[in-house]
Amino acid sequence: MTINVNPPVAPDTQQTMGPQDYIRRSASKVPEPERKLEPVAKLIDVSKCIGCKACQSACLEWNDLREEVGVNVGVYDNPHDLTPNTFTLMRFTEWVNDETGNLEWLIRKDGCMHCADPGCLKACPAPGAIVQYSNGVVDFVHENCIGCGYCVQGCPFNIPRISKADNRAYKCTLCSDRIAVGQGPACAKACPTKAIVFGTKEEMKAHAEKRIEDLKSRGYDNAGLYDPPGVGGTHVMYVLHHADRPSLYAGLPDNPRISPVVEAWKGVTKYAGLALMGFAAAAGVVHMALSGRNRVSREDDEEARRLAAQAPAAEPQDGEPRA
Amino acid sequence: MNMEISRRSFLKGAGAGVAATTIGAFGFGEAEAAFVEGLRPYKLAGTTETRNTCPYCSVACGVIIYSKGDITQGTAEAVHLEGDVDHPTNRGTLCPKGAALLDFIKSETRLTKPKVRRPGSNKFEEISWEQALDEIARHMKEDRDANLIERNMDGVPVNRWTSTGFLAASATTNETAWLTYKVVRSTGMVAFDNQARV
Amino acid sequence: MTNSWTDIRNTDLVIIMGGNAAEAHPCGFKWVTEAKANRGAKLIVVDPRFTRSASVADYYAPIRQGTDIAFLLGVIKYCIDNDKVQWDYVRAFTNAAYIVKEGFDYKDGLFTGYDSEKRDYDRSTWDYEIGEDGYVVTDETLQNPRCVWNLLKKHVSVYTPEMVERICGTPKDKFLKVAEMISECSTPDKTMTSMYALGWTQHSKGSQNIRSMAMLQLILGNIGVRGGGMNALRGHSNIQGLTDIGLMSNLIPGYLNIPTEREVAYATYIGSRGFKPLRPNQMSYWQNYPKFFVSFMKAMWGSAATPENDFAYHFLPKLDVASYDVLRAFEMMDQGQMFGYFCQGFNPLLAFPNRGKLTRSLSKLKYLVIMDPLETETARFWENHGTHNDVDTASIQTEVYQLPSTCFAEDEGALVNSGRWLQWHWAAQNPPGDAKADTWIMAQLHLRLKKMYQEEGGKFPDPILNLTWPYANPDEPSPDELARELNGYAVADLRDPNDPTKVVLEAGKQVPNFGTLRADGSTACGCWIYSGCYTEDGNMMARRDNNDPDATGAYSNWAFSWPANRRILYNRASCDLDGKPWDPSRKLIEWNGEKWVGYDVPDIAVTANPREVGPFIMNPEGQSRLFTRGMMRDGPFPAHYEPFESPVANVVAPAIRGNPVARVFASDREEFGDAAEFPYAATSYRLTEHFHYWTKHVWVNAVLQPEFFVEISEELAAEKGIEKGGWCRVWNKRGSVHAKAVVTKRIQPLVCDGKPVHIVGIPLHWGFTGAAKNGWGPNTLTPFVGDANIETPEFKAFLVNIERSDGPATA
Repeated sequence: MTINVNPPVAPDTQQTMGPQDYIRRSASKVPEPERKLEPVAKLIDVSKCIGCKACQSACLEWNDLREEVGVNVGVYDNPHDLTPNTFTLMRFTEWVNDETGNLEWLIRKDGCMHCADPGCLKACPAPGAIVQYSNGVVDFVHENCIGCGYCVQGCPFNIPRISKADNRAYKCTLCSDRIAVGQGPACAKACPTKAIVFGTKEEMKAHAEKRIEDLKSRGYDNAGLYDPPGVGGTHVMYVLHHADRPSLYAGLPDNPRISPVVEAWKGVTKYAGLALMGFAAAAGVVHMALSGRNRVSREDDEEARRLAAQAPAAEPQDGEPRA
Repeated sequence: MNMEISRRSFLKGAGAGVAATTIGAFGFGEAEAAFVEGLRPYKLAGTTETRNTCPYCSVACGVIIYSKGDITQGTAEAVHLEGDVDHPTNRGTLCPKGAALLDFIKSETRLTKPKVRRPGSNKFEEISWEQALDEIARHMKEDRDANLIERNMDGVPVNRWTSTGFLAASATTNETAWLTYKVVRSTGMVAFDNQARV
Repeated sequence: MTNSWTDIRNTDLVIIMGGNAAEAHPCGFKWVTEAKANRGAKLIVVDPRFTRSASVADYYAPIRQGTDIAFLLGVIKYCIDNDKVQWDYVRAFTNAAYIVKEGFDYKDGLFTGYDSEKRDYDRSTWDYEIGEDGYVVTDETLQNPRCVWNLLKKHVSVYTPEMVERICGTPKDKFLKVAEMISECSTPDKTMTSMYALGWTQHSKGSQNIRSMAMLQLILGNIGVRGGGMNALRGHSNIQGLTDIGLMSNLIPGYLNIPTEREVAYATYIGSRGFKPLRPNQMSYWQNYPKFFVSFMKAMWGSAATPENDFAYHFLPKLDVASYDVLRAFEMMDQGQMFGYFCQGFNPLLAFPNRGKLTRSLSKLKYLVIMDPLETETARFWENHGTHNDVDTASIQTEVYQLPSTCFAEDEGALVNSGRWLQWHWAAQNPPGDAKADTWIMAQLHLRLKKMYQEEGGKFPDPILNLTWPYANPDEPSPDELARELNGYAVADLRDPNDPTKVVLEAGKQVPNFGTLRADGSTACGCWIYSGCYTEDGNMMARRDNNDPDATGAYSNWAFSWPANRRILYNRASCDLDGKPWDPSRKLIEWNGEKWVGYDVPDIAVTANPREVGPFIMNPEGQSRLFTRGMMRDGPFPAHYEPFESPVANVVAPAIRGNPVARVFASDREEFGDAAEFPYAATSYRLTEHFHYWTKHVWVNAVLQPEFFVEISEELAAEKGIEKGGWCRVWNKRGSVHAKAVVTKRIQPLVCDGKPVHIVGIPLHWGFTGAAKNGWGPNTLTPFVGDANIETPEFKAFLVNIERSDGPATA
């Protein structure tokens, strides 16, 4: 389960995970991988979480991110939202339980869920900007990113953020660089109460079962695992005391799904766009330097909706997992 | 070139170019596979590990400091810090403070030069260690010689220096504490305290 | 801590009261979540605020700050009334059966002997009746009305659930639920651990807060056992070590005392310490005091400390007052009686109460020396920072030296954690710029002083000139050399007392333990309780074997735990009178018929017969004290006193303000406020994102909690028109601060003595240096008064007023 050896420091440390393990790559095909990595998962047990933000701290440090010093706006959530530098964020909710009348302080670590069926990747028109490894890690490859923001639209959890500095999309990598050397993510390593644990998805589900049993014994009858089927399950899962009401936890989607609009992009517009995007990508650095943000606008969205309504399903379905 | 316009025209163009989808799908898959992409370089490769203890609270979590350079040559510099999984108490975990210790070590407001603020002045100015220590020791001796109470009213030797005080640290080592104790107590200073209460 | 962090895994019930472990000690709190997950343990949190600890608690009860004694004595009463007492433990291991002298009494909130002029007690009646045999008279049947148990019963009788609700604001049903959960730990197979911190100490009766819980733990039989204990979660990483090594006005390393001027000679000093056993057969371990004291004097002054000069007894300062604590030091500065001050890694301008007084006091110094790795507000107290530090720089004549020192990453040595583990660490990088180790700085100061006294003479130079300085490099003693001194060594060959021809330890060798120390000057030891940390076998503090046979949580081969590598104090009390574990599933040690054996180092002579020798070997009773004689200034039992600034009067004793024996300086009394003018009950605390005033210098932590705020209830916010995230002003007679408002359900108004009480929470991490936004600490507002026994400032309960504001004036 949770990695119990310190990170290696040998000068020739090898990363054992790489492009050969892609099962999906945005706007492109990948060859069938020769091997299949064991699916991994991060399990966040909200009932053990004390909201200390060690995960945020460790994430900033490991990933060499520098967030701005903000202000207090009357809550403990700092920064106030995910940003290109804040891949993970504690979200605090004060909720009075309508059955017991007791205050519950629900604290959820927000961040990329590493969906088995990743809306971001499916929405992404830039070849190779988003990849999915056979162990479930969904990673952004920033040098391929064109900053279009489709991933933001495609994400049912509202996770990716576009950097103003370099106009590229950022989110949690599940510390792919650590996983590649046999370590778990920095947040899981740091978590003082082991509310965040990391291991194979099977182990994490078994661990969750025990936690749910304990919670039920303490009166949380609706305790359960959050591994939403609408996105094919996730490689970041939650144990919730009120699994019947995920949205209590700072708006965690009750039943997340990829927007049909994004599915339409996937099927129709993405490859249509590629020819044009090829030019755009070639001049990309110039564009971005001159124009900054490059978001999906309302018109884009409307256009896509119109297309989705008109166009036939495209074949082949690139970007689908190769079994 | 205005990117907002470009984006819209991209989508509009896409509407016109449905037939081109297969070209795109044919064309880009293999070509892109040749890109060098993916993982960040693993940043601890080739670093030196040093076992240390978090200086914040009294849980005293084990930490490993990863550094580059050679401490015997004066070139060692910490580049990363993590909890020590071998440590019985913290098992590799760290709190939000411990996890950010590297930023403490490298804080922009760390002191690097001795300084002095002269009476009435509105600024610190640099001073050499030698001069600073000479001046401080002189202050101490003058005050001690002026105010040390050698005997009380009953003639009992009390060797009590009450007019200079010393607040000791609370995150220094035992060894520093012991040397501090020896030096301070040998002067007869009594207003000697630490951070146990605050 | 009597136990260790890792031992918390063995508990059945955790009570967090007077602390907030999840927030302030997250990685130690891990062991609470482990106990919950693996043992089904429960967690109770009692706090004025619904804290991060409360967020994962099984049961939370609110309490008004400063009323813990009433709550805890209420629980003791509940346990007594409902016969939830571990009787075998109480009878065998406490002084319940001891008879107290005639004349002792408690009435109207005062014990016998109170002198209101002196604000002190004549404590002569607070003692046991001594029989003709020289031992305490006892009544094992507990029938005698003057036995400790019956006096205790009488003393707690007023603290009914209704009275607890009236004083504490804890709804009766919630109090009863907590009392019931706690009382279930009175069986031998269930245990509770108490985790507390400055939420109990920072009161004018802080010591008695802790004592109340210690008494409860004794009644439940929870001291000395795995998963039990009184666990003080110390603050800084080595504040345990700094206290062990006696860096306090009245201490000598190892909890020995600096003499008072009444102790005119070594003989009086030793003779006035009554270590004679009070019951037959007891170890009364402090009888070894002279060995530890003399060994300390030898470590200090070496060959200048001889039997002929009482081991240089007069080199030590002699105190004329109980202590020269920090409050007294600043009072002396303010009164023009102190001229120089050193701050080694310490930021008093934010750490002590009443910042206005602190600034005024520092401004009267001739010289101030700062040794610190970081900028501090104290170092820049003279610098004008607009509204955040509005001083008249030109008028401040203090000369300030700011010396850059190393931090943990650059030094080597041991830190002592809360669980008394001495853990060695190593340097990972070179110091930045010209920063120097504190050892170098201290050595430089000493060598300069010594040289000046040698060359120029001066007042009583002997203790400076003769200070032992046996270091290879006198300019910078090494951590290794200093650690060896702390452990202790033989000055001369140590011979077997039974066979003087036999040398048991050669001169110059490290002593193996404090049992080897002698009172004749043949051993030297810096800190006797550390003996064993660095022996001839090497540096025990650097041990890193993390094996834990049978998962007891002891980790006996990891680092070194004082005393004697013992992991759980009083562990003999984990067994019954026959030496068998109260709970076989939680075996720690046991009597095998000949000696004590087990997982931990026995806290008793290994051959001490369990039916003869009591477990509390440091006490002359051999037993623990429910009644503590005259050892505490404010009473042999705890009693409820309100904070000096309280929203309600003391309902038990309406005439008494604050703790009746706490020291108050005249000018500070004038700055106390009352509830008419300042109606809101304020408290101060840490947040998990920050560590005191250090982490505002750390970019990441400044990001995680960037700006000073106060926390108030939705009700108070509505009443005052204060908006969530808007500005408010908080003030009292001592000062005024502007803060952002966090309006929260986690703070609820309480009803105390029929009146609504609003709480204002003020976290403590902001100042005018560092990466975080400029702000204030609560110490702008807190009163300059301390605990009656130890002078810990009353930071946790004081009065303020609050209003909506437009924020601080921009500079």
